[in-house]
Amino acid sequence: MPDLSINFAGIRSPNPFWLASGPPANTAGQVMRAFDAGWGGAVWKTIGDPIINTTSRYGGIDLGPQKLMGFNNIELISDRSIEDNLREMGDVKKRYPNQAVIASLMVESRRDAWHEIVKRTEDTGCDGLELNFGCPHGMSERGMGSAVGQVSEYTTMITEWVKEAARTPVIVKLTPNITDVTRIAAAAEQGGADGISLINTINSLMSVDLDTFAPRPTVRGKGSHGGYCGPAVKPIALNMVAACAKRVEIPISGIGGIATWSDAAEFVALGSTSLQVCTAVMHYGFRIVEDLADGLGNYLDSKGFASLDDLKGRSLANVADWGDLDLNYKVVADINPDLCIGCHLCYVACEDGAHQCIAEHPADGNGRRVPRIIEDECVGCNLCALVCPVHGCITMKEVETGQPQMSWKDRTRKQRQEAGVAYTPSLWDQE
Amino acid sequence: MILRRIAPKLPEDKYEQNFADINPPFTPQQSLIEASRCLYCFDAPCIKACPTRIDVPSFIQKIGTGNLKGAARVILSANVLGESCGRVCPTEVLCEGACVLNGSEERPVEIGRLQRYAVDYVLDREIRIFQAGKPNGRRVACIGSGPASLACAAELAQRGYDVTIFDRNPSPGGLNTYGIAAYKTRAADSLREVKMVEALGVKFRQGVEVMGRASHGSAEKATSLTNSLRCHPARSEGSAFQPITADSSSPSALQNDAGAVLGTMAGVAPSLEPVSCVTLDELEARYDAVFVGVGLGETWDLQLPGEDLDGVCGALQFIQRTKSEAFAQIDVGPRVAVIGAGNTAIDAVTAARRLGAESVYLIYRRGEDSMPAFRYEYELAQRDGVTFLWYTTPLAILGRDGAVTGLTCARTRLEGRGRYARVEVVAGSEFVLGVDMVVKALGQRPVTEFLRSIPGVEVNGGRVVVDARTHQAGNPKYYAAGDCVNGGKEVVDAVAEGMTAARGIDALLSHG
Repeated sequence: MPDLSINFAGIRSPNPFWLASGPPANTAGQVMRAFDAGWGGAVWKTIGDPIINTTSRYGGIDLGPQKLMGFNNIELISDRSIEDNLREMGDVKKRYPNQAVIASLMVESRRDAWHEIVKRTEDTGCDGLELNFGCPHGMSERGMGSAVGQVSEYTTMITEWVKEAARTPVIVKLTPNITDVTRIAAAAEQGGADGISLINTINSLMSVDLDTFAPRPTVRGKGSHGGYCGPAVKPIALNMVAACAKRVEIPISGIGGIATWSDAAEFVALGSTSLQVCTAVMHYGFRIVEDLADGLGNYLDSKGFASLDDLKGRSLANVADWGDLDLNYKVVADINPDLCIGCHLCYVACEDGAHQCIAEHPADGNGRRVPRIIEDECVGCNLCALVCPVHGCITMKEVETGQPQMSWKDRTRKQRQEAGVAYTPSLWDQE
Repeated sequence: MILRRIAPKLPEDKYEQNFADINPPFTPQQSLIEASRCLYCFDAPCIKACPTRIDVPSFIQKIGTGNLKGAARVILSANVLGESCGRVCPTEVLCEGACVLNGSEERPVEIGRLQRYAVDYVLDREIRIFQAGKPNGRRVACIGSGPASLACAAELAQRGYDVTIFDRNPSPGGLNTYGIAAYKTRAADSLREVKMVEALGVKFRQGVEVMGRASHGSAEKATSLTNSLRCHPARSEGSAFQPITADSSSPSALQNDAGAVLGTMAGVAPSLEPVSCVTLDELEARYDAVFVGVGLGETWDLQLPGEDLDGVCGALQFIQRTKSEAFAQIDVGPRVAVIGAGNTAIDAVTAARRLGAESVYLIYRRGEDSMPAFRYEYELAQRDGVTFLWYTTPLAILGRDGAVTGLTCARTRLEGRGRYARVEVVAGSEFVLGVDMVVKALGQRPVTEFLRSIPGVEVNGGRVVVDARTHQAGNPKYYAAGDCVNGGKEVVDAVAEGMTAARGIDALLSHG
């Protein structure tokens, strides 16, 4: 089995899987059970001045029979006292010296308040601190959480305050509720952060009860926007992780919809060092870590990778600007007639929703009707392959165009040269 | 077997069609769809329903995440015969019967097929799941190479034991190889699993009869499993008996470390008489523990006139032929009567129909509600067009020129209720059923004589009495599991018991 251990800015853990700050990491009892189940670390549920929570708090969105494709919550930080949390954190760290115990902190934006909480927290012997600059609901209305993480200057300043007092590594947790997350990542780095973690939850309104007209989750007929997470947010998280990995040097803890070992591997390939999981644990329990680790290990084995370092960031070089993609690369759809079951979903999707490149086909002698790709018209968009219900029936095959590689940037540069026009930077280019 | 009349042979492809996999393997897409139906229950009832306690939700979740090697490891570490159990387990009354989806308005998850899918993934690719343990210098002999012995041997080999299996058949696997309906599993499938056990360093001595202790000190009268082989002391050399074969240069059954008989792994040899033998004394002298996984013996006799006519055979003997010979070479009568209504009787009637018999009768002295066969087995036979004669008992087998021509039967009546109600023959109800072949499916007789010949081992009702926690028999050197202990249950029960015995042997030898 390959080595799954990691060193995240000095925080060591036997595997990259940490409980994300949230309900599963609320108490010593939970965290210890998680460690017994195989979790490599835990970011404790955010501590700060205790709050009062509402009932209800959670909402879910299902996709057909699949429960909880997306999940949201309006729960706040820990509702337990700072003393209780810190005492338990210290106890857990003593009993589990090899697992990473990381405190998540959120206090009001005063320098002395941050200095005080950092000192008290580090006295527990915890391995590191995560600054919750990401929580999008409730706390942000009080000038904390994402209210900090949406402003570069605040992020830098508070990170600096924390670093003035901190002796353990400091991780800044970023909110996705912002236009360009990399600016905040850079601001955290500038403030001296040892690492960043992302994404926190996305602002969301889960659904509306069409009888009572109350938003869900509902608190006495009213609802409030909450933090969205779960499998549905993974693509957003992957994009933000990749963008930050390209911009900052400090290590990244990937968060956002991780439920399987392959999700985890994708986050690592895009530059994550550690991985944080919450929603999948809330759905299935701590036991999921067994397959996360087993599956990731088997995958590394199958690729001949000795450790996660061999995988880390391996996809980053392939994450490019659109303007650098090859416009002369061409794929066209290919339908395997032996697998086609004749549903014609590809036909209608292409005809109505895309580029009219599939011809309906009358049934053959056996009553089978396999649509036909009009290859000359096919723009290679993938839509038919994406809607096809049969695994492997529609594939995209590469067509040799005989043209050299040419990106949009190459093309515009060439056009300017041919026209003899000097390059004048646009407003965008100056950005 | 000589029959008076032979059912017309079928076209070659028709045989393959008739014996095609009744529950074909999942495609990758099917496996993902089915895996996604699993709720991943906590403390799941399906685990408790499995005698080998396979962590079903865990392996199904792994199929869902694409971690097929991990899924196979979860299955095989609990049950080394997880592939064949996925095919032959009565899942309806085990894991799938316990699936919580039965309580909703859905059908249960097809756990058996998913299990087979995951294990096939590693078997097809010859991915190794198990490693032999660091040799601990201790030796264990297993008698019989069926599921109980394979499970025991695999578990011991992983713990570093040097294990040798002695088995009387030419090919290993026991009933898994020779005794399961061909449309559920083929002999080659069973041998793939045997190969996995062999890869752990377990040695197979096929074609070797283990002789029980002679009651009067004479090997000539030693008790064999079948009384079909006599070990002649004159042929023995040193402590080992020489194999009784035409080729005198063959090495002894004990010393043949090359496992030459495994040459038959490519194809399965028809069940033949053993070619050599060893005695229990020799095994005891050379091994630290002896595991007895001999299963059961021949089919019970009908004890009716005409039983020795040509055309009368035991159900297992009949099934065995479908597992080791070309289907086209197996003659069946146009009209076949099978006596008994257990799962083996179902295997026999379906095999007879699928081999081309025109009329197949299942004859049972009780009613439909008392039949021991599982419901879905009964339904299978119904779909195959078998005629069921309930409340009917055979009185005599009729013959002409030494071969079967018919069966005299009578109607019965039950005194009392249920399977154990007393059966009475209705006077004057006799009738003759014209048949060309009679298959006895009354269950297998225990090998009591052999078992009793082991000193200190208690045998009760044909079953070896063991300590339930360790499967140790009365003689501390002997352990036993499988049909010879439980009287005849499922493959999965034999595996579970074999593993328990392995842990018992390990506890004794590693701490003794």
